[in-house]
Amino acid sequence: MPQVKFIRPDRTAKVVTIPAGSTVMQAAVSNGVNGIVGECGGSAMCATCHVYVVSPEAEAWPPISSIEDEMLNCTVSERQSNSRLGCQLVLAETSAEVVVELPERQQ
Amino acid sequence: MTQGAPIVIIGAGHAGVQAAASLRDEGWDSGIHLICGEPHLPYHRPPLSKAYIQGKASVASLHLRAEEFYRNSGIELRLGRRAMAIDRQAHSLLLEDGKIAPFSRLVLAMGARRRPLRIPGDDLLGVTVLRTLQDAEQLRDALTACSDLVIIGGGFIGLEVAAAAAREGRRVTVLERQARILERAVSPEMSAALASMHHVAGVRIVVAAHVVGIKGDAGRVTHVDCSETGLIPASHVLIGLGVVAEDTLAASAGLSCPDGVQVDEHLSADGDRIFAIGDCALFPSPSAGRHVRLESVQNANDQARAVARVITGKKEAYTAVPWFWSDQYASKLQIAGLRPPGAACKVWGSPREGRFSVLCFDEGRLVAVESLNRPRDHIIARKLLNCGGRVDEMTAISEMNQS
Repeated sequence: MPQVKFIRPDRTAKVVTIPAGSTVMQAAVSNGVNGIVGECGGSAMCATCHVYVVSPEAEAWPPISSIEDEMLNCTVSERQSNSRLGCQLVLAETSAEVVVELPERQQ
Repeated sequence: MTQGAPIVIIGAGHAGVQAAASLRDEGWDSGIHLICGEPHLPYHRPPLSKAYIQGKASVASLHLRAEEFYRNSGIELRLGRRAMAIDRQAHSLLLEDGKIAPFSRLVLAMGARRRPLRIPGDDLLGVTVLRTLQDAEQLRDALTACSDLVIIGGGFIGLEVAAAAAREGRRVTVLERQARILERAVSPEMSAALASMHHVAGVRIVVAAHVVGIKGDAGRVTHVDCSETGLIPASHVLIGLGVVAEDTLAASAGLSCPDGVQVDEHLSADGDRIFAIGDCALFPSPSAGRHVRLESVQNANDQARAVARVITGKKEAYTAVPWFWSDQYASKLQIAGLRPPGAACKVWGSPREGRFSVLCFDEGRLVAVESLNRPRDHIIARKLLNCGGRVDEMTAISEMNQS
């Protein structure tokens, strides 16, 4: 099953395992990883599941849609080149190790 | 480790689950019990009228938290069990199985139940409702075999299901009693834009419609009888007439429940013992200047977080600005703030392209913004409304204008 490693701002980390087909946001909220809110339940509506993707590289993920792009401009923590909404990052059974950094704030 | 009775939360919907999680986040280290009448692991409700009925979401993807989360957090989940009575003197609950559950604090997060309105013929086969996961499973199965879906009620549930069914190629009719769809919830301008989207998708909307009854043959629905249109063929009927607060338990215990459980600005219904949050709570809204009861995920989550802070000693008033969303077809409707009836509305953007916002003013002050496919406007609106100060039209337009 896919695994996601969440690196918190204080550099501590938590690894969670979740079913394929779930998103990075679901992996966090479902397992009580504080630092991702996911207020709208994954509809790309609230920008509170903001993550900085460490691996795999950008091409491995679904491309950023125009809605996600607009929402990424609304994140509370600074948008960086590797910023994504966790709810749009879908994990496949064969996903390579997924590592994301959590921003300082979501709200 | 503090001793004593646990905090008991009645209701394991969005509000109840978030309250349990937030109590741990805020440092409550004694017992937390989450009591729920439904037997399922607590789940997200919004997808039920969207992805789930289209067969695009698994049950597992609906769970608010993984099962391990409750165990790891020491939150005792008591599913499939109703609370029958509150003993305010003894600080305890009587449960369905006869057990007595003492509490140090009680959080009422019972949500809402479907408005109890009967329509002749509503017990025919093929007539469905949509409130619970069980209802959604039935509706999802019905949609695979459906030819003609008649939806009674042009509110959010009715319209989201209409969109889902139309995308599946079903013939859909929506019957709305008021003069326009979403009459209670959005501006006339936004109603018109959404109605137009549905027309383009082939959905027939009848407004000012009076449903006489649902007709059937051999126990199965065949038509809906409507005063304005006569008989409409129906293989399936969805009744979506809204909800009322689930406050019976509280009212029976003598708490004030004019429309949901009445609470103060700290979400307290009774001193520092009993609180109410989410769809069942009637709370004072500073921006609306009166008590309101909101049916939204944001309100449930924010009140849950707030009550956890109050209970753990950080006594702050609840002042969060309400916001809400709805998915219909590929469009996203987002609403920030509360629009009183008769608010002056200004359209901003391009309604013809289906991307615009409606700015709503009450006595010259910005009170709400409805946005269709304009997420940036929505986020700006929430920031503006969160300031708490008076935002006039010039300021609002200037903020929306900045790129």
